Amino acid sequence: MKILVCISNVPDTTTKVKFKEGDSLFDDSGVQWIINPWDELALTRAMELKEDAGNSVNEICVIHVGGASADATLRKALAIGADKAVRIDACPADAYHVAGQIAEYLKENPFDIILSGIESSDYNGSSVGAMIAEFMDYPGISSVTSVNLDDDDIQINRAIPGGKQVLKTEAPFVAVVQKGIATEPRIPSMRGIMMARKKPLEVKPAVELEVLTESIKFELPQEKGACKMIDSESAEQLVELLKNEAKVL
Amino acid sequence: MNFEFTEEQLMIRDAARDFAQRELLPGVIERDEKAIYPTEQVKKLGELGFLGMLVGLDYDGGGMDTISYVLAMEEISKIDSSVSVIMSVNNSLVCWGVEKYGTEEQKQKYLKPMARGEKIGAFLLSEPEAGSDATSQRTTAVDMGDHYLVNGTKNWITSGKTASTYIVIAQTNPELKHRGINALIVEADSEGISVGPHENKMGMRASDTHSVMFNNVKVPKENLLGEEGFGFKFAMKSLEGGRIGIASQALGIASGAYELALKYAQERKTFGKEIINHQAIAFKLADMATEIEAARFFCLKAAWLKDQGKPYGHASAMAKLYAAETAMKVTTEAVQIHGGYGYVKEYHVERLMRDAKLTQIYEGTSEIQKIVISRGLVD
Ligand SMILES: Cc1cc2nc3c(=O)[nH]c(=O)nc-3n(C[C@H](O)[C@H](O)[C@H](O)COP(=O)(O)OP(=O)(O)OC[C@H]3O[C@@H](n4cnc5c(N)ncnc54)[C@H](O)[C@@H]3O)c2cc1C
Repeated sequence: MKILVCISNVPDTTTKVKFKEGDSLFDDSGVQWIINPWDELALTRAMELKEDAGNSVNEICVIHVGGASADATLRKALAIGADKAVRIDACPADAYHVAGQIAEYLKENPFDIILSGIESSDYNGSSVGAMIAEFMDYPGISSVTSVNLDDDDIQINRAIPGGKQVLKTEAPFVAVVQKGIATEPRIPSMRGIMMARKKPLEVKPAVELEVLTESIKFELPQEKGACKMIDSESAEQLVELLKNEAKVL
Repeated sequence: MNFEFTEEQLMIRDAARDFAQRELLPGVIERDEKAIYPTEQVKKLGELGFLGMLVGLDYDGGGMDTISYVLAMEEISKIDSSVSVIMSVNNSLVCWGVEKYGTEEQKQKYLKPMARGEKIGAFLLSEPEAGSDATSQRTTAVDMGDHYLVNGTKNWITSGKTASTYIVIAQTNPELKHRGINALIVEADSEGISVGPHENKMGMRASDTHSVMFNNVKVPKENLLGEEGFGFKFAMKSLEGGRIGIASQALGIASGAYELALKYAQERKTFGKEIINHQAIAFKLADMATEIEAARFFCLKAAWLKDQGKPYGHASAMAKLYAAETAMKVTTEAVQIHGGYGYVKEYHVERLMRDAKLTQIYEGTSEIQKIVISRGLVD
């Protein structure tokens, strides 16, 4: 079995977000890039599945649609343990464009399991995984909290409001994973970092695809107001403030 | 000249940072206060390959360069120097010497498990009467034909109790003075070795520092490192590299304290403004940042020389001296910037200040570094 993990290259969560060109573009100067946290957990789960001798996972490949600046992020994925990385050399325009590029790759290079994170911590699109499934006509399962293989029988848990759903599916399929898929991302080991040097990072040309959306303008959320501390004894004052100042009651 | 790190070096720095934040920060205050050895943390550090990161891949090490080592030591020391001293001694005092001067058998038997982090190494040079003056070794290794018989006491030994493998410096031919000294690999569970109580230290309280006593300990002849009489030179050579480790540790202690102080100064308000907006505090931070940057350059320069195969003893003494003095100064200022809060354990800076003090003492005091540096000026 082969697993493909979709990797988004996102700004470190502590980045001070700024925009340029009339707030129409994200200003990426001085930004530290990391693997999107959900994708990192997806990769962790893929590795756990490969390490479990009871099933037949024998290859993990990570894929990214983007420019050469993401190569460091992809090599980190290789250092963590992916066997191979692929970068589709394109400037990602929107979710449709990214999913379309990945689907084109999948048509030539089939995988059994395709994992994508529930959202990327930058543009928050939450759409790539589902769109890949649609492009490929594969089962697409959202809100996945666990993927288990038992003799290659696939069992999936989904989070639903207030509980969980257990389902079965057949490979190939796309799982859009979220919290619970793995506990903690892995720290690359010295050996892993060394081995990453020798692992392939293939760069593929992008295919022509229509871009369906255009970003016009970004706005930052309003700055948070000052925090007011209220004594634990003064419940009345709290209610008063929530009613008359915050106007939430 | 190129001031850019490679992608790999940055990956190692980030891995060390993630490890320190995730595995070392929780519990660091308690481990220090109660002097609890960081067993689990050291085990994980070994699994990730940090304990043998400088050892070549052929001997199960990480095969990393010394620049990467400086970056990793800095990140780990920002949070927990009790852990980074174990890493430094294992990598640069013990593994380095066995890899550089050991026989193939010694490397297979002793180096590999230490490089994998499964066994810990300790370096036994200091004695009650031989600290700065390491030539006056009283521990003896008498040549008995097929083995050495070791007698004497070593003190202040980092990882003295945890280590499985000791490198012991001892006198074999007193008439030859320091040219009669040998370096031996000694298994810590050999008959005749006893370990003294844990030293109740001011800082780095979670690392285990002990005296180690040798009473008629038989050491096989094949455990000699290098040639007969090479022991003193061996120790000095090992310390040249060791000082890059301790300099980077001092750098990490300083930058850890600085980062906390910078954050605090932007949050704490007095007289209607954040204290960073009082020039007295802002200028302290400016001095701290500048001196830390200088210390970092010293460490990286010494590491670069070592990686290039050039002499680095002079540079590593400068790095150790400057970084240790900077660590002491910066941590003291970090406590000052925190005011009363800096004087309690919760805010971390008082621990960093206690830890900083040790970097001015071990692997050659600041005074001894000045002797090394000044001798190098006229060589
Ligand atoms: C926590 C800890 C861990 C340690 N770990 C190890 C270890 O793993 N292995 C090991 O072998 N050792 C270790 N040491 C020992 C350490 O390296 C020595 O303590 C250090 O070298 C100083 O020696 P000393 O304590 O005997 O001081 P002394 O040599 O007695 O020095 C006392 C003072 O005199 C000064 N001084 C001495 N000679 C001169 C001179 N010629 N000119 C000017 N000033 C001078 C010194 O700078 C110092 O200020 C450790 C020490 C500590 C505290």
